[in-house]
Amino acid sequence: MSIDATDRRIIAATQAGLPLVPEPYAAVAAGLSLPEAELCERLRSLQARGVIRRIAAAPDHYALGLVANGMSVWDVDDAQVGALGARVGALDCVSHCYERPRALPDWPYNLFAMIHGTSRHEVEQKRAQISALLGDACRGGDILYSTRILKKTGLRLRPKEG
Amino acid sequence: MTLDATDRLILNRLQEGLPIAPDPFGTVAGELGLDTTDLIARLARMKAARVITRFGPFFDASAMGGAFCLCAMAVPADEFEAVMTKVNAYSQVAHNYQRDHWLNMWFVLATETEDEIGSVAASLARETGYDVLRFPKLREFFIGFRVAA
Repeated sequence: MSIDATDRRIIAATQAGLPLVPEPYAAVAAGLSLPEAELCERLRSLQARGVIRRIAAAPDHYALGLVANGMSVWDVDDAQVGALGARVGALDCVSHCYERPRALPDWPYNLFAMIHGTSRHEVEQKRAQISALLGDACRGGDILYSTRILKKTGLRLRPKEG
Repeated sequence: MTLDATDRLILNRLQEGLPIAPDPFGTVAGELGLDTTDLIARLARMKAARVITRFGPFFDASAMGGAFCLCAMAVPADEFEAVMTKVNAYSQVAHNYQRDHWLNMWFVLATETEDEIGSVAASLARETGYDVLRFPKLREFFIGFRVAA
């Protein structure tokens, strides 16, 4: 996947967000001295290649009352983790879902799914749904609630030159 | 701020994605039966109130180069603050959460290269005296989380 210097300038100019004006792409294009049509074409291409996942609004979970979140972890049969992971990831309540390596013997879990809800009770209900979905392919699970944010700097991209 | 039904409609719609076209807000406003000026004003208000944390393109960080790895440590309670200070001092530590589990410190390492993940983890372990378990992403299952506003 090749990202050229112009793409990098576009990324740098938009990673803080799009301006909330009637013609946001024209405004970004003007700042970069690019024709708006070229900017839009490049954004579409970046999105088609997966560099941009989507252009969207990210709501604050807490502001919407989703104050409970837990990292659920599961020990899922390796042969089935792909198919089942996709189904868990598709659930509305799951914001991130990854297959990760186990750290045996102490950590047998290979599927991680972050569950959000308005209360721990709701998170536990969602967790039970996931458990039912995984069925016999799952040999065990656990959930880790965060108790404190120790650091949060955000993953700011640092586009390299060229 | 209190969200009304229109704010919620906008929030639900704009999690799906903004069109890439000259008049994207006009298109969305038309779909929702709203006035474009009102739509933009409501977005600006929600952003100012931090109900919307970010509005714009969401990038796949790994597609941009760089390496990321979720890591965990088991730290005794009486040393937790001291270890946390050492861990957080690394600029490569992007997020760090305390969790109620024997693995009680979970953080993400973000580095320029894959090799650096290993060297930073080793350096953290050396400096704190505790193992750093690494859980790199093998596969990501997506679909897109949608919060019902």
